[in-house]
Amino acid sequence: MNLQGKKVTLHDMSLRDGMHAKRHQISLEEMVSIATGLDQAGMPMIEVTHGDGLGGASVNYGFPAHSDEEYLKAVVPQMKQAKISALLLPGIGTVDHLNMAKDCGVTSIRVATHCTEADVSQQHITQAAKMGMDTVGFLMMAHMIRPEKILEQARLMISYGANCIYATDSAGYMLPDDVTARIGLLRNELPNNIEVGFHGHHNLGMGIANSLAAIEAGATRIDGSVAGLGAGAGNTPLEVFCAVLDRMDVTTGIDLFKIMDVAEDLVVPLMDHPVRVDRNSLTLGYAGVYSSFLLFAKRAEENYGISARDLLVELGRRGTVGGQEDMIEDLALTMAKEQGLI
Amino acid sequence: MSKKLKAIIIGPGNIGTDLLMKIQRSEWVEPVWMVGIDPSSEGLKRAEAMGIKTCATGVDGVLEHIIKDDIRIAFDATSAYVHAENSRKLNELGVIMIDLTPAAIGPFCVPPVNLVEQTKNLAMNVNMVTCGGQATIPMVAAISRVQPVEYGEIVATVSSRSVGPGTRVNIDEFTRTTASGVEQVGGAKKGKAIIVINPAEPPLMMRDTVHCLTETAPDQAAITESIHAMVKEVQRYVPGYTLVNGPVFDGNRVSCFMQVEGLGDFLPKYAGNLDIMTAAALRTAEMFAEEAANQSITLPARG
Repeated sequence: MNLQGKKVTLHDMSLRDGMHAKRHQISLEEMVSIATGLDQAGMPMIEVTHGDGLGGASVNYGFPAHSDEEYLKAVVPQMKQAKISALLLPGIGTVDHLNMAKDCGVTSIRVATHCTEADVSQQHITQAAKMGMDTVGFLMMAHMIRPEKILEQARLMISYGANCIYATDSAGYMLPDDVTARIGLLRNELPNNIEVGFHGHHNLGMGIANSLAAIEAGATRIDGSVAGLGAGAGNTPLEVFCAVLDRMDVTTGIDLFKIMDVAEDLVVPLMDHPVRVDRNSLTLGYAGVYSSFLLFAKRAEENYGISARDLLVELGRRGTVGGQEDMIEDLALTMAKEQGLI
Repeated sequence: MSKKLKAIIIGPGNIGTDLLMKIQRSEWVEPVWMVGIDPSSEGLKRAEAMGIKTCATGVDGVLEHIIKDDIRIAFDATSAYVHAENSRKLNELGVIMIDLTPAAIGPFCVPPVNLVEQTKNLAMNVNMVTCGGQATIPMVAAISRVQPVEYGEIVATVSSRSVGPGTRVNIDEFTRTTASGVEQVGGAKKGKAIIVINPAEPPLMMRDTVHCLTETAPDQAAITESIHAMVKEVQRYVPGYTLVNGPVFDGNRVSCFMQVEGLGDFLPKYAGNLDIMTAAALRTAEMFAEEAANQSITLPARG
């Protein structure tokens, strides 16, 4: 693979996707210290939000240590060069949350829908574009549908005002050819002024390989997270990816040793559990299940005695999508009843 | 004189047609007109085939018939944008408006929780909240009638096929209106609503999860009993409303996992979210008719 001379914009997820792995309990001091470290390392974009996006604070997804507003107000003023983005899932967050984020200094908004439901993003994308924000349409669980269908949904988001489209491997299910097919079609068919991005999860150990495939197919924005801190087996570990891109002569503008230090000195020490491919996170990737289900399935296993792996496999079989965390406890209760455990 | 109240349905789409089929079985309400804006619409043709009068020139076209036909109830299944005008014009003629749009200009009505109150007050415009609200607010109320609920949260998961363009283009309205209903009718001090759309085929049945945080340790026996009683109340008009799991007690958290299977009149059975709206709207109209028949309310006078 020859990517020599290409330029990509890396986007760190540790303070948003990483919130899943921390049950949304990252402290303000930790947020500021990691964001500052990344800023100094030259990371151009950093996402800061509840793991489930603006307004995600809930019983269903977990109450965070601090509100989105508190996190954003703590982090944004400390940034020298990095732009802060926020995630918003229509159905969870609203335009009110978007306006709040903009007031806090967020300049990039990523409006995320399930890959077949782009038309619920109209009011949020329209509003963000109207406010002059970098407006990204983020199509989640993109492994579940054919590339042609992704393109159709991307066009809807562009018609509302998005200037960048992501194909998002929320389940960490895709293999490099799946990425190539999706990103390649988006790049070939969408107007040149629309950027294309890829967000991966490392559940099958494919974070780096898939991200490289995305760049080769035309993506110019790649998500990952420092030390891989993210849902499931984490996102593409950015310090590793930076080293690989450096070897391949791809320009990222990031200081490799500085980001390695952020990973080792700041992020790894705060992990509650090793974020890695293990039996359960591997099952997410294998069964095509939304990565943030991991800790909920583990908790259901503890409470009801049904193995997390069995739960995840069944949730995959049912075609469960992002946001259906409530169905994990529900399924565990049903299976426990069937097995006479409760 | 028939005890039945005569009604018009505005909006001959899926909801309006499903509503018509339900009203045709009612002992208390008689459908007279289906009102649309497109003479070639399938919905108007269906209504005509089902034996009711149709009007293709909107609410304005039916106004002259209201008094003549003694219309007392209107169901609005159009959109929030036109609802206020429809309601004003019909209220002026003494027609009670049952609002299935998210306009929410009148008080919220969730039949097993506050229908009696709304009918006794003769509210001339009642709003049916949202599908997620109809499916979950009874459970929040079942808990809050036992002890104070500090926070009520509902998660409605619906099949992609059952979510129409109106809801999609303004999904914030769903979350805001439902959250208000959880507070105002459900009795939670603070409400939150989440909607998840799932495109699986075959389409999944509507699922609703209700999480409440009680102010003090939950009285498990009393809450469990209250929830089961409330499920029975909802089943009177939505037989496919079931408590799949729960109530689960975890500290001060009380969670219930519901499923809503529709009757499958015009809308498919999986679209319990739409069915519970039409069933609740009809239940509301029937209550007005019952109260009028036993003279506990007096409908606006007509010459």
